[in-house]
Amino acid sequence: MSTATHTERQETAAPAIELKGISKAFGPVQANKDISIRVMPGTIHGIIGENGAGKSTLMSILYGFYKADKGDIFIAGKKTDIPDSQAAIAAGIGMVFQHFKLVENFTVLENIILGAEDGRLLKPSLAKARKSLMKLADDYGLKVDPDALVQDIGVGMQQRVEILKALYRQADILILDEPTGVLTPAEADQLFRILGRLRSEGKTIILITHKLREIMETTDTVSVMRRGEMTATVKTAETSPAELAELMVGRKVLLRVDKKPAAPGPVILDVEGLRVVDDKGVERLRGIDLQVRAGEILGVAGVAGNGQSELLEVLGGYQTGKGSVRVNGTALDLTGNKSDGQSRRNHGIAHVPEDRQREGLIMEYQAWENTAFGYHKDPAYRSGMLMDNAAIKADTVEKMERFDVRPPNPKLAAKNFSGGNQQKIVLAREIERNPDLLLIGQPTRGVDIGAIEFIHEQIVALRDQGKAILLVSVELEEILALSDRVAVMFDGQVMGIRDASQTDEKELGLLMAGITDTDAPHSIEDIEDNLAHAGGDPHKEV
Amino acid sequence: MDVMPKWAEVVLVPLISLLLAAILSALVILGIGEDPVAAVKLMVSGALGSTYGWGYTLYYATNFMFTGLCVAIAFHARLFNIGGEGQAMLGGLGVALACLYIPWPHWSLALIGAAAMAAVFGAAWAAIPAFLQAKRGSHIVITTIMFNFIAAAVLNYILVNMLRPQGSMDPATARFPDATKLPTLHDILAPLGIEFSKAAPANISLLVAVAACIFLWVLIWRTRLGYEIRAYGHSESAAKYAGISPVKITMIAMIISGGLAGMMAINNVMGEAERLVLNATEGAGFIGIAVALMGRSHPLGVFLAAILFGFLYQGGAELALWTSIPRELIVVIQALVILFTGALDNMVRMPLEKIFLALRAARAPKPERKPVEPAE
Repeated sequence: MSTATHTERQETAAPAIELKGISKAFGPVQANKDISIRVMPGTIHGIIGENGAGKSTLMSILYGFYKADKGDIFIAGKKTDIPDSQAAIAAGIGMVFQHFKLVENFTVLENIILGAEDGRLLKPSLAKARKSLMKLADDYGLKVDPDALVQDIGVGMQQRVEILKALYRQADILILDEPTGVLTPAEADQLFRILGRLRSEGKTIILITHKLREIMETTDTVSVMRRGEMTATVKTAETSPAELAELMVGRKVLLRVDKKPAAPGPVILDVEGLRVVDDKGVERLRGIDLQVRAGEILGVAGVAGNGQSELLEVLGGYQTGKGSVRVNGTALDLTGNKSDGQSRRNHGIAHVPEDRQREGLIMEYQAWENTAFGYHKDPAYRSGMLMDNAAIKADTVEKMERFDVRPPNPKLAAKNFSGGNQQKIVLAREIERNPDLLLIGQPTRGVDIGAIEFIHEQIVALRDQGKAILLVSVELEEILALSDRVAVMFDGQVMGIRDASQTDEKELGLLMAGITDTDAPHSIEDIEDNLAHAGGDPHKEV
Repeated sequence: MDVMPKWAEVVLVPLISLLLAAILSALVILGIGEDPVAAVKLMVSGALGSTYGWGYTLYYATNFMFTGLCVAIAFHARLFNIGGEGQAMLGGLGVALACLYIPWPHWSLALIGAAAMAAVFGAAWAAIPAFLQAKRGSHIVITTIMFNFIAAAVLNYILVNMLRPQGSMDPATARFPDATKLPTLHDILAPLGIEFSKAAPANISLLVAVAACIFLWVLIWRTRLGYEIRAYGHSESAAKYAGISPVKITMIAMIISGGLAGMMAINNVMGEAERLVLNATEGAGFIGIAVALMGRSHPLGVFLAAILFGFLYQGGAELALWTSIPRELIVVIQALVILFTGALDNMVRMPLEKIFLALRAARAPKPERKPVEPAE
C-alpha cells in the first residue's frame, strides 16, 4: 500500500477495522458475546483481558481461523468477509503469533517469502524479496540479516522477522498476540520502539496482552474484555492500571502481595554443582549452586528455556542429574532406582509442576482421584488391598473447601475446571501435605487475577509456617512480589542471586540476558547477541 | 461436564452402531436375493432358541471375554495389544503341557493348574513385546502383530515335530486324560434340575471368565495398581511426575493382558477340543479387539459385547448351515458389526453429541456455567 492511501484513510477517518456484534460459541462456552470495536487507523489499540476472556478467539475470527456465529467485519469502512487467513492477508491484516511460525532451518529471507513465492523458481522471488526487505528495514528501522538462519538468531530478532513477514505481505493492520511473553524486558522495550515507529508510518496495530504495564506504556486506546464480553474501550491517557484491572476482573484486586519480612531458618535444600544432560545430549544445567532456607521463598527468574524446567524436574525426581542435592541434610539419589517422584515425596518434597495439565493432573480423572495423585500409596488412602476411595473423597471435599475450588464437586473431571481451579486442586494436594520443601513452577500461569491473589497468599502462608519454597516463574513481577531472594538463570547457570528488596526489574533483566556486570551500559544488540548464542532454546514451549 | 449423559455414551452409541450394521447387513442379504427378516429369525432361533444354541453362543462368548479383557486392560495403559491371538495360542500350549504331562487327580485341580500354565505362557509371550516397548521403544502394535505370526509358526513346529503322537497324521496332541475333562454347563446345571444340552461345548470356563471380569473390574477401579495403570494410560508425563514408572506399568499391564488371553485356552483347548490342534484360537484374539472397543474397555461392557459376538458367531454358523447365504457373506456381516461398533465409533458419536448439545441449549437458554476455557 502506498502512503497516499494511508493519508486518505486518516482523512476520511473510517476505522481501520470495525467489528459489529461479533459472537462465537464453542459448544456451551460463549467465547465472544456481541463484541463491537472500532480501531482507528494509525493507532496502537490494546486489547486486555484475563486468560480465557476471549481475546485470542476474537483475533482468530479477524484472521479467518474461526468463523463468527454472528456479526460483521468492516475493513477501512468496507464490509469484508474473512473465511480464511488468505482473505485476511488480502485485506491487509498481518498477525504475529505468540509462538512464532518460522521454519528454524530456513534463512530469514526464505522465511519471509514462504507462502508468498511468485513463481515456480525461487531465485527471482528471493532477489525481489531481498530488495523489498532492505527497503522495509530502512523505512521502519527493522534491521535483520536476511541470510542468517532463524535458529541462530535471538527471540527478539525472530519476532522482528514475523513482523517483516506481515509487512512484506503489505499488511496495514498488525495484530500481535502476547508479543512479550517470550522476551526479556530489554527486548520488549525494543519491540515497543518498533511498534511506535510503525504507527508513525501510518500502520494500525492491535496489541493483545494481559500485562497492564505494556498497555499503559504503548497504546493509544485500550479495550477491556471479560468473560467473552467487551466491557469498556477507553483512551489510555484517561485511564489508570487500577481502573483497567478492575474492568478486567470486575472488582478491585491487590497487585502487590502483603507479606512480613522473612525469618529464614536452617538450610533445607542445598544444591551443589548440579548438572543435567537431556536425552539429546544437550547440557541443560551446567553446575547449579543454590540453597533454600526454612521460612524463605527463593525465586528463580529467567527467560523460559534456560534450565528452570530441568531444575524442577531433577528436584522432583523425574530427570536424572549429576552433582549433590541435599534435603534436610540427606543426599538425594539423582540417578538410581530411588530417583523418582515417590521417593522425593517421602523426603518431604512437594511439587507443583509448571504444567498442571501435562504433569500435575490427570485431566480425565475426577477431582478426588487427582487429590490422591502422587500420594496414592499413602496408608491413609488404603483399606486392605484396595484403595479407600471413600477416605480420598472425604479428604477432597475438605481440601476443596479450604482452597475454595469452584465448583466444589469432587466428582467433576479435572478438565472441566477452569485453569485457576485446576491449579487450586494441585496446590491443595501439595500444600496440605505439609512439606518441608515446596517446589512450585509457574504458579499462576493461565490463572485469572482473582485466583492469583489467593494462590500468592497460600504460598506466603506456607513460608510463614517455616517451610522452604523454591519458586520458578517467567513472570518477573511475580518473582519480585513473592520472593525473599531471587536467583536468575541463564543458559543452565545461575547468573546471580539477589535480595529481592535490593534489586529491580532492570538489574534482573540484564542477568536474564546473561550479563553479570549489571552496572556497565549495554546496548540492545549486545543482549540479543548474548541470547542468540545461549545454548538454551529461549522460546521452548514449557 | 461431559457432552453426553453416561447412559447415552454406554447404551445409545453401541446400539445405534449395531442398528446401522444390521441395516447394512440386511441390504447385503437382500442384494443376494435372500430374505433378511427370515435370516435374523434363523440367527436368533439358532443361537438363542435352544439350550444347544445357547451352549454354543456362551462357548464363543467365553473365548471373547478372555480376549476382550486382554485388550481392555492394555487399553487402560494406552497399549494396543493386538497379540491376543498369539498369546492365546501359547496359552493353549501351556494347557496342553499341563494336561498331558501332569497326572491330575481331579478336574478341579487340573483346571487350576492348566489355567495357571495358560496364563504364564500367554503372559510370557506378551512380556517380550512389552519389554521391547518399555526399554527399546519398539512400537507394541507392530511387535505384537509380528508375535502372532511367530506364535503360529512355533506352535506349528511343536505340534508337528514334538507333541504329535507317533503315527498320527494329524498335527495335534494326543487327547487329554479323562481326569482333566471339565464339567460342561449340562453337568453343572443338571443337579439344579435345569435341562441343558449335552452336546454344547459351553463349560465351567464360562464361570472363570465371569470371575475374570469381576477381578479386572476390582483391579482397574479399586486398587493402586489399577489407579497407576489408568493414570499412565491418560498421561505419561503426569505419571512420571507422580513417580509412576512407565517401564513397570507397561510390563505389568501387558503381563496381565497376555495372561488373560492365554487363559482363553482353558475354554477352547481344555473344555472343548480336549487336545491341542492347529489354529485352535480361530481368530478369537482379533475379535477381542472389537469386543474391548465396543465394551469401552469396561469389564461389564466386555462381558455384554462378548455375548453379542458369541451370538453373531453361533447365529452366523446356523445361517451358513440352513440357508444358501454363503459362508463368506456371513463373515462380511460379522465384519460390518466389528467395523461399526469398533472402528466407526466416532461416526455415530459426533452427530449424537451435537444432538445432545442442541437439546441442552434448548432446555437451558442461558448456559451461565463456564466449564472450559475458551481457546486462548
